[in-house]
Amino acid sequence: MKLRHMIWKELWQRPTPMLTSLLAVTLGVTALVAIQNITVFSERKIAGDMESLGANVLVLPPSVTLQDYYGADMHGHTMPEEYVTRLALARLPGVENLAPKLCVEADVDTIPVTLTGILPKSEFQAKASWQGLGMLGNAVGSDRGCCATAADTGEADNDPNSLATTRTIAELGDRDVILGRDLASQLGAKIGDTLPLLGEDFIVLTVLPSTGTIDDGRMFAHLHSVQDLSGAGPVVNVIEIMACCEDAAGGLITNLSAELPETRIVTIAQVVQTQIAVNGLMSRLSWVFLSILLLVGGASIASVMYANVTERRKEIGTLMAIGASRNFVTQMFLGKAAVLGLAGGAAGFVVGTIVAAVLGPQLLGIHVRPMPMLLGVGMGTATIVAVLASLLPARRAAGLDPCLVFNDA
Amino acid sequence: MYQLNSVTQTYERRGQIVTALDNSDLTIPDNDFIAIVGPSGSGKTTLLSVLGGMLAPSTGDVMLDGESLYDLSVEERTALRGRKIGFVFQSFNLISWLTARENVQIPLMLSDKTAKQQEDRAMEMLDRVGLSDRTDHRPSEMSQGQQQRVALARTLANDPQIILADEPTGNLDSETRQQVMSYLNEFHKDGRTIVMVTHDAETAAFAHRTIRLVAGVTNEIAMARAA
Ligand SMILES: Nc1ncnc2c1ncn2[C@@H]1O[C@H](COP(=O)(O)OP(=O)(O)O)[C@@H](O)[C@H]1O
Ligand SMILES: [Mg+2]
Repeated sequence: MKLRHMIWKELWQRPTPMLTSLLAVTLGVTALVAIQNITVFSERKIAGDMESLGANVLVLPPSVTLQDYYGADMHGHTMPEEYVTRLALARLPGVENLAPKLCVEADVDTIPVTLTGILPKSEFQAKASWQGLGMLGNAVGSDRGCCATAADTGEADNDPNSLATTRTIAELGDRDVILGRDLASQLGAKIGDTLPLLGEDFIVLTVLPSTGTIDDGRMFAHLHSVQDLSGAGPVVNVIEIMACCEDAAGGLITNLSAELPETRIVTIAQVVQTQIAVNGLMSRLSWVFLSILLLVGGASIASVMYANVTERRKEIGTLMAIGASRNFVTQMFLGKAAVLGLAGGAAGFVVGTIVAAVLGPQLLGIHVRPMPMLLGVGMGTATIVAVLASLLPARRAAGLDPCLVFNDA
Repeated sequence: MYQLNSVTQTYERRGQIVTALDNSDLTIPDNDFIAIVGPSGSGKTTLLSVLGGMLAPSTGDVMLDGESLYDLSVEERTALRGRKIGFVFQSFNLISWLTARENVQIPLMLSDKTAKQQEDRAMEMLDRVGLSDRTDHRPSEMSQGQQQRVALARTLANDPQIILADEPTGNLDSETRQQVMSYLNEFHKDGRTIVMVTHDAETAAFAHRTIRLVAGVTNEIAMARAA
């Protein structure tokens, strides 16, 4: 038998008050782990967005406000498609590509779907007035002011799946439709299937690989087909500009505003700014939660420990009479506190991670994974708090007078 | 061997000075068996606490084997107690959430014995008090007499030279009282020094000497027949 066996046995003797007092500590760690976990993964997603879309710019109808970059076309406001032509003719430096979109609601066999009209690159080249602009296959814009980036590797995206990664597509037929991964499984559709849409039959050209964005839940068809069949006319919800690098995008905003004064020009940085601010606030709040709950938890552990010392006075006196040093008695209580802290921290980590895994996708559309670092932080803080809270009770226990073993009968 | 020189112990209670031990001189040679009797409040427990190194007297000194007990530090006295002195209590003072064997192992654990040494010694001691079939029972699952025998096994675990007993039979019926006293008698025959506080004349009769305490003053009242 060792000290730790004694601690363990005593702990299970009457675990309820200890476990109750642990609740606050556990909750504190839970809040910290859940919020930090979500925040970290949200920041990673933002960083990912920034990296893949950082240079991109959105041209929107003036009254639109944006939460999610990928939802930029789902607001119902429209502007004339003619803006696309104007942008193309302007040959602004840094513009790699233009992607106008029009989003309409439709049904496939009574299943409601979001149908997005997109303009393939071939369309730009087909228009005679634009063809003159194209130099060396660069359909729109100009290379002036562009840094050399992978964005220039251009014509490799004949693959329709490129829509998922580069957000553009080279060719798209009048009655072709491209499905997001989630929607495809919902409809049970695969490549080559025919889908009835807006009164016409569309052929599934491809099913996009999963992207983890709302693009997974929609379908894409040719912009002009969508405009005609939905009766929307020559309008779009958004024009996404693939800029070739961030530096170019900087000057680009001014140029774009001058070119299209009746629109709202938004950069990806502006879109994610709110989320970054919210994340920062949440992260700071999680530490506040943790501190408050740890204070409460510490106080409750301290009071339970005091009670424990009081009810074990005779036991402590007996141990001292038969040779237990003050040090041993102190360790007996601090060891118990450490066990409680480790358990509370671990429980808080598990619960917090589960909470993050459930709430992350719902609140922010992000997938989180457990962060082992938070296990360390959670167990560490909980243990420190439990031990600190037990210092005075343990001192009182060690200071007990062994003569009390003789008292009473 | 114990030697108490002019030991006085006073307590202050609500402004009043209570003298629990009054200028006591007492010599307890090795392998003595001594009973301390006296009315309630006469200072018996105080004397036992002083002998056990748990209560520094107000004045006077206590020598154990030529060493002044209260010139040692608290930690040194605690260690010495674990090594040399065993206690028997009126209410047994077993740890309720440990089994009989684990209770006996405590002093062995405190003196840093290995798990194997602890278990072997505990089994040996429980066997000695006739409880080898009860080693895994909790105190609550045993009779009073059995509990006191577990306590005796615990007392003996570190093979103490001295046993201090405060009313060891106070909570027992006459039959188990007899049994516990015969064990204490055996321990005395092993060569140990036994100091026992008791109310009961029959129990006191097991001792060699009887000291009567009245208002903190020691009186030698009987020197028993030669052992
Ligand atoms: N911790 C204490 N504080 C104050 N007075 C005490 C304390 N312990 C004992 N006394 C007093 O000292 C006297 C002797 O007590 P004690 O040694 O317990 O006697 P006994 O064991 O013979 O009944 C009593 O008057 C008791 O009230
Ligand atoms: Mg007493």
